[in-house]
Amino acid sequence: MTKTFAESGFSGRLIAVEGLDGSGKSTQIYLLKRWLETQGLKVFFSEWNSSELVKSATSKGKKRELLTPSTFSLIHATDFADRYERQLVPLLRAGYLVLCDRYIFTAFGRDVVRGCAPEWVRGIYNFALLPDLTFFFKADLAVSLQRILDGRPQLKYFEAGMDLHLSTDPYESFRIFQGRILEQYLSMSTEFNFHIMDANQPIEAQQSVVRELVSSKLQLSHFAADVTHARPMLAP
Amino acid sequence: MQKPAKTSPRKAAGKSLRNRIVVPLRTARSFFGHGVPNVDLDKLAGRLIVVEGADGSGRSTQISRLVSWLETSGHATVQVGLKRSSLVSEELDQAKRGNILSRSTWSLFYATDFADQLENSILPSLRAGFIVLADRYIYTLMARDLVRGTDMGWLKNLYGMALVPDAVFYLSVSPETLVQRNFAKDFALDYWESGMDLGLSRDMFDSFLKYQALMAKQFQKLQSTYGFNIIDGERSSDEIYAELQQGIETVLATKAG
Repeated sequence: MTKTFAESGFSGRLIAVEGLDGSGKSTQIYLLKRWLETQGLKVFFSEWNSSELVKSATSKGKKRELLTPSTFSLIHATDFADRYERQLVPLLRAGYLVLCDRYIFTAFGRDVVRGCAPEWVRGIYNFALLPDLTFFFKADLAVSLQRILDGRPQLKYFEAGMDLHLSTDPYESFRIFQGRILEQYLSMSTEFNFHIMDANQPIEAQQSVVRELVSSKLQLSHFAADVTHARPMLAP
Repeated sequence: MQKPAKTSPRKAAGKSLRNRIVVPLRTARSFFGHGVPNVDLDKLAGRLIVVEGADGSGRSTQISRLVSWLETSGHATVQVGLKRSSLVSEELDQAKRGNILSRSTWSLFYATDFADQLENSILPSLRAGFIVLADRYIYTLMARDLVRGTDMGWLKNLYGMALVPDAVFYLSVSPETLVQRNFAKDFALDYWESGMDLGLSRDMFDSFLKYQALMAKQFQKLQSTYGFNIIDGERSSDEIYAELQQGIETVLATKAG
């Protein structure tokens, strides 16, 4: 069993949010970040699928709709590895609070729904340590779908899971695809110690729960960006 | 049904030119591990033949001779190689120039490139009954990573997506000969083929020799696991070609499994 960053002796801590598109997880992690920053803590935010180098390949593949389940999986793993090794790990060594909008569980869910073998996907990501805290935002499927469909009438090919040929109607395809991902999330919830959030609650209510949990689980004062700590301490 | 040619390879090549075209028999196919989804292995009628070896081992020369021979013998042939996918090859080049990727990222980037070619080129070609000649395969990718300290178990899982080839020929050439051949061609050694990123030596010549020796050692290890044919690449181009032809003729005429 893979360890968390705390269990592996890192001075930093990693907090991840997971959930379906439209579950409100990005809003919640943004609000958490603002709160931590105003306390003067060392915070770094990282988003799924955002490494500069890999981005151009990913967007090319998506635009031309030429990704297969395996290349879809591997290109996201490459993106993750790049961010993980070049940013996350060094920052976690340096005692940062790293906030991740999606982590390896996104791959575990999506890639498996796309037909990749679960052991294969997990094996690929086994270089990554586990988050110290993972929030899973669980909204009714209908609520998530409504949020996505309200804000963004045009669904993208891979986002809607059109490559799975579940339905020729993008909306129907999206519904089935997201439903399957939700099943995957729920099935790994216990194994990976997810804190399940009721994402049907008002934003403020959820954020109070998030902040409470973060401050009870982590000793936040340890992450202060106090410049004096950067200098050698004088003997008492 | 056809039987393996008993005549010498070159004569056999001439004979197949004059006479009938050998129709490859179906082979029992498998992936190394979990494979890739949505593939019907029984439908892969073609043949996958891999030529492995370092730069300067004579790979490309042999492959172009083999292509021309196979096509003349009536086999539709397609060539694949590393870093040729339309998906990530540009980005890989860019990253290589800057040497900016960390270990797992490199591995996964190359694996993505491989998967793209596997699914968009190798598998469709095999489905269409082509002979696929692969200018290097997962073995080079694994050896490079192994030399750099990547875990074998992790690599085995990753490349468990790959299809088991019908035959693998490894052109074995000593580092000393490789140096001479690379100089004879370009008067220069390649940064990556010299393993300069490993810091084995600041002297490129020295680093090349050390790196290629390390690679050869990993290939030996991989050979004991995967059992490919080792071809003595120190001999003349014609001799190597004759041996490869013979090997391939056997593949085309044999029913495996």
